[in-house]
Amino acid sequence: MKAIDSGTLTGRNLHLSFGSNHVLRGIDLHVERGTTASVIGPSGSGKSTLLRVLNRLIEPDQGDILLDGRSVLKDNPDELRRRIGMVFQQFNLFPHKTVVDNVSLALRKLRRMSADEARAKALAQLDLVGLKHKADVRPGNLSGGQQQRVAIARALAMDPEVMFFDEATSALDPELVKGVLALMADLATAGMTMVVVTHEMGFSRNVSDTVTFMDGGVVVESGPPAAIFDDARTPRLRSFLSDVL
Amino acid sequence: MDTLEQLGRTFFDGEAMLAVLPDLLTVGLPNTIILALASGLIGTIFGMLLAVMGISRSRVLRWAARVYTDIFRGLPAVVIILLIGLGLGPVLRQLTGSTSPYPLGILALSLIASAYIGEIFRSGIQSVEKGQLEASRALGFSYRSSMQLVVIPQGVRRVLPALVNQFISLIKESSLIYFIGLVASERELFRVGNDAASNTGNLSPLIAAGIFYLCLTVPLTHLVNHIDTRLRVGRRERPEPDEQAAKIGEGAQG
Repeated sequence: MKAIDSGTLTGRNLHLSFGSNHVLRGIDLHVERGTTASVIGPSGSGKSTLLRVLNRLIEPDQGDILLDGRSVLKDNPDELRRRIGMVFQQFNLFPHKTVVDNVSLALRKLRRMSADEARAKALAQLDLVGLKHKADVRPGNLSGGQQQRVAIARALAMDPEVMFFDEATSALDPELVKGVLALMADLATAGMTMVVVTHEMGFSRNVSDTVTFMDGGVVVESGPPAAIFDDARTPRLRSFLSDVL
Repeated sequence: MDTLEQLGRTFFDGEAMLAVLPDLLTVGLPNTIILALASGLIGTIFGMLLAVMGISRSRVLRWAARVYTDIFRGLPAVVIILLIGLGLGPVLRQLTGSTSPYPLGILALSLIASAYIGEIFRSGIQSVEKGQLEASRALGFSYRSSMQLVVIPQGVRRVLPALVNQFISLIKESSLIYFIGLVASERELFRVGNDAASNTGNLSPLIAAGIFYLCLTVPLTHLVNHIDTRLRVGRRERPEPDEQAAKIGEGAQG
């Protein structure tokens, strides 16, 4: 993996409403370069929306987003998203393209690499996730775990400064979760800056550097895993933890 | 017995059929194919334009596509063919000096086909999961590139059977060009058969023309079924069980 020399991500006072539904009510999130922040909370708390606001798939109504201390709200959002990789709950691989084409598409079209160059890089990326031998099949022929690893390879191929994971293991059969979580843990160890929205409390506690607990569109508590899991201050977090643990 | 014999002569008079065969083959068939292919091609291009307008974020474009589609799908084909074929004749003559209504026939068929094909494409494109656009945008593709590279190709693939069906309709509807009056060399299958039938007072030439239509449409119908099955079942390998990613550890350090 390329040495990562940037990637500190900050969201400041982020607000978002869909009509009368106030989904984000002033979220602050700071992810130091090379660290992993996990975001936990009940369904509908705004976690996934927060990720989409941070890479401007959805524009915030209010607030600021900084990458390496500089506001990116005035940048071209497409260029911002090239710097942030994203992995989805439903994988969202392109079913009409082979595995290697899924990974190389953005390299060819956005990085303007030649077909050979892009394929070589895509194959190397697939090798990292253990799926080089599946390069020329369609995603539909892969198991969920394999598809998600391809999706991770697709995001990593763009050499992102930050990686977002949106409940990346929630749609997987239980026996396939481990492989994907192991891959994510390896990425974290290798120094990737990551924001991980997850229901996997084990991962959140063991791998992340900070944990943010969201409920009802606000950050209720945030801190190192030990503080969150062993020393919850608010009743809301305590009740959430007793439900999921 | 007499009645049966008479019916046989009316519909299946071998000599009358043989007599019209050369015209059907050398005039009718090529013209029918040209009319259907040309209007199918133009209809596909305009149909895609209409579909993209129909899902556009601009209200004006969506509205324009809607009005066009409603009008051209809502009117009988023969009305459009007559209005375009007769109405625009003088304009075409002034512009090009040509008096042949043939291009206008293609235009009328194309306009009708666009409306139907536009709706087919739109439904296909809209059936593509939202996550596809989202994943493409997340990689850094613009809305336009995402539609071109990811969403539209998938949408089009899903509606291939409907498109072939539309082409079958065009082959049949091309017979309506008959209403705008064509010179002998421009006649399509129906007109050739119908002329021969009028001349001889025997319907067998029309049956012969009908057989030509069936030779075109029946294989296409089976093609539709074939594509449909392929799209639904797919050519899939047997998925393997997920092997534990042996290289996971190595990879992340590399």
